[in-house]
Amino acid sequence: MEKVLTQNINDQREPKWLSDYEAAGGYRALKTVVNDYQPTEVGECVKKAGLRGRGGAGFPTGVKWSFMPRFEDKPDERPAHIYMVVNADEMEPGTFKDRLLMEGDPHQLVEAVAIASYAIGADIAYIFLRGEYTESRWKLEKAIAEAEEAGYLGDHVLDSNFSLTMYVHMSAGRYICGEESALLSALEGRRAVPRHKPPFPAASGLFGQPTTVNNVETVCNVPHIINNGPEWYQSLGLNKDGGTKLYGASGHVANPGLVELPIGTPIRELLDHFGGIRNGRALKALLPGGGSTPILTPDHLDTPMDYEGVGAAGSRLGTGTMVVFDEQTPIVGVLKNLEHFYAQESCGWCTPCRDGLPWVERILTNLEAGQGRPGDIELLDMHTKLLGPGKTFCAHAPGAMGPLESGLKYFRDELSALIPDNGDTLAFHEPANAESHQATTQT
Amino acid sequence: MNTVLSDAEIEEIRHEMALYEDPQAATIEALNVVQNHRGWVSDEALAAAAEVIGVTPTQMEAVATFYNLIFRHPVGRHVIMICDSISCYLTGYEEMRDHLKSSLGIDFGQTTPDNRFTLLPICCLGNCGNGPAMRVGNDYHGNLTPETIDKILADYA
Repeated sequence: MEKVLTQNINDQREPKWLSDYEAAGGYRALKTVVNDYQPTEVGECVKKAGLRGRGGAGFPTGVKWSFMPRFEDKPDERPAHIYMVVNADEMEPGTFKDRLLMEGDPHQLVEAVAIASYAIGADIAYIFLRGEYTESRWKLEKAIAEAEEAGYLGDHVLDSNFSLTMYVHMSAGRYICGEESALLSALEGRRAVPRHKPPFPAASGLFGQPTTVNNVETVCNVPHIINNGPEWYQSLGLNKDGGTKLYGASGHVANPGLVELPIGTPIRELLDHFGGIRNGRALKALLPGGGSTPILTPDHLDTPMDYEGVGAAGSRLGTGTMVVFDEQTPIVGVLKNLEHFYAQESCGWCTPCRDGLPWVERILTNLEAGQGRPGDIELLDMHTKLLGPGKTFCAHAPGAMGPLESGLKYFRDELSALIPDNGDTLAFHEPANAESHQATTQT
Repeated sequence: MNTVLSDAEIEEIRHEMALYEDPQAATIEALNVVQNHRGWVSDEALAAAAEVIGVTPTQMEAVATFYNLIFRHPVGRHVIMICDSISCYLTGYEEMRDHLKSSLGIDFGQTTPDNRFTLLPICCLGNCGNGPAMRVGNDYHGNLTPETIDKILADYA
C-alpha cells in the first residue's frame, strides 16, 4: 500500500528538516497552488477528492472551506484578518495519531496549513496544540522558522500576493478545547467554553473574524491531493471515502501502535496488523475511534473502517484509533474509566453535563464495588437520553453517552448482575472508590 | 510598576501578546511563562501577569483554574503525571498508580518531603500505544512496570 501521510516518517520520528523535505517533493504543492490555482479552485479540488474531517466529526473539508466569505472582488470589505486554525488538541482517550504527524513530519503540516490558508483566504494561521505535546511544539516552531526563512511563509509567499503568518499556540490541558468553538474561546485566552452556533466560525470565529478550524490529519492530506489529483486520492480508499487513514490500536492488542492503510479497511484486517488480541485471548469489544465512539463487538469485525461503514454498525469512525478489550475485561471498569474522564473534563457550562456525568460515574463506581441498587441500570438508561444529542450545549455529554448506551445495549446482563439482590433502594451511598482528580494542585 | 515578575518573564509575555489581535489571547501562555520560570503560579505572580496582559486578576484566575496544567500550589522539582485514561487503564494503570503512591509515600496532589516529586493524574497523554504511560517533567515514559518506574525515577535528582 502506498503510504501518503507517513511517507517521510521513520520509527524514531526524526523529521526531514527543510532541505530533505524539499528533496522528497516537499513544498511542491504550495508552489503549484500559489502560482497556478485560484483560492476557490483549491477548495474545489479538495471537495472533488472527497476529503472528510479526520478529527471525529467527518465533515467534508472542501464544503467547510466553501462556507468562508470571499473578498477577492471586494478587497475594501475584507476584515482585518481571516484565520486558519489547526485543531491539534488531541485529547480523546485512545487517540495518538496527530502527535505522530507533528513529531514525525512537521513540514508536511506547515505546508498543508499554508495551502489551506491560501484556499480560504487566511492571512494568519494558528496551530492550537495541547500543552502536553512539548516535542511537537519545538519541532513545529523549527519547521515554521525554516519555512519563513525559505519564503514559504511570511509576506508575499514565493513572490505571490499571498501572505501568511503562522504561530503555534500552546494550550494548557482540557479536553473541551478540542470542540471547535471552545477551542476558539481558549485561543482568545478565556475559559474554553463552547459557543452557540450559529453563527458558525466561517462567519464569526476567532476574534469575531472569519475562521476555519481543521484537524491535523485532515489538513495533512491536502498537499498530496494537490500533487496527485483528486481522482488519485479518491482511488486510494476502498469504498466511497477517499484517501488513506492513520489507524491505531491500543489496549489488549499484541502490537499496539499506528498504521496507515486505505480508508475502509475492515476491522478484522486492522486487528491483524496489530497482531490480534494479546496473550491468545478472544476479543470482547472495542471502541472504533476513541473514547466517545459507541462500542462494537466481535459481530462487527467485518465492518469497513470508514464513515458509512462504522456508522451503519451503530458507531462512529471518530479518530480511527481503536481501543480494544479482551474477553477478561469487565465492562463496568471500562465504562467507569471513560465516564470518569468525561465527568472530569466537562467544562461545567451547562447543567446536564456538569451534574449528570458525575452521577453516571458514581453509579458505575458503586456497581463495580458491588454496591449497586435496583434501578441503577434504568438510571443509566435515563442519562443516555437526558445527556444525549440535543440536550446539552455541545457534543461533550452526547459523546460520553456513546460508549455507555452501547455498553448497556451489548452488556446489559453483565451490568445487571452486579446489583446485589438485597439492594436497598432508599439508602444513600457514598461512592465506594472516591478517587478523584480533585486531589490535585489545581484548586 | 510591575515588580513581581522578572524582566525576562515580562519580555516573554509581551512577545506572546504581539502574536494576537487581542492581547488577552496571551493569557494562557503568560501563565505558562510564569510557571516555566517559577514552577507554579502564585497569587502575586498571577496578578502581576494580569497587569502585563491588561486583564483583571479575576479574569486571569478564571483561566488559571480552568486548565489542567497550570499549578496554583507549589510543586516539586519534577512533576509526575500518570495517564489514567482508557488505554493505560487497560494495560495496568492502577498497579502503576499504586506503586508510585507507595514508593513515593504520597497521594495524588502531594509533593515528597524532599521536594523532589509531585504526583498528579492526567488524562490521555497521547501515548496510548505504549501504555501504561507517564510523564516526568517534559519526558514521556511508556510500557511501564514497577521495576522500570523505579529505574526512571532514579534518573531525576
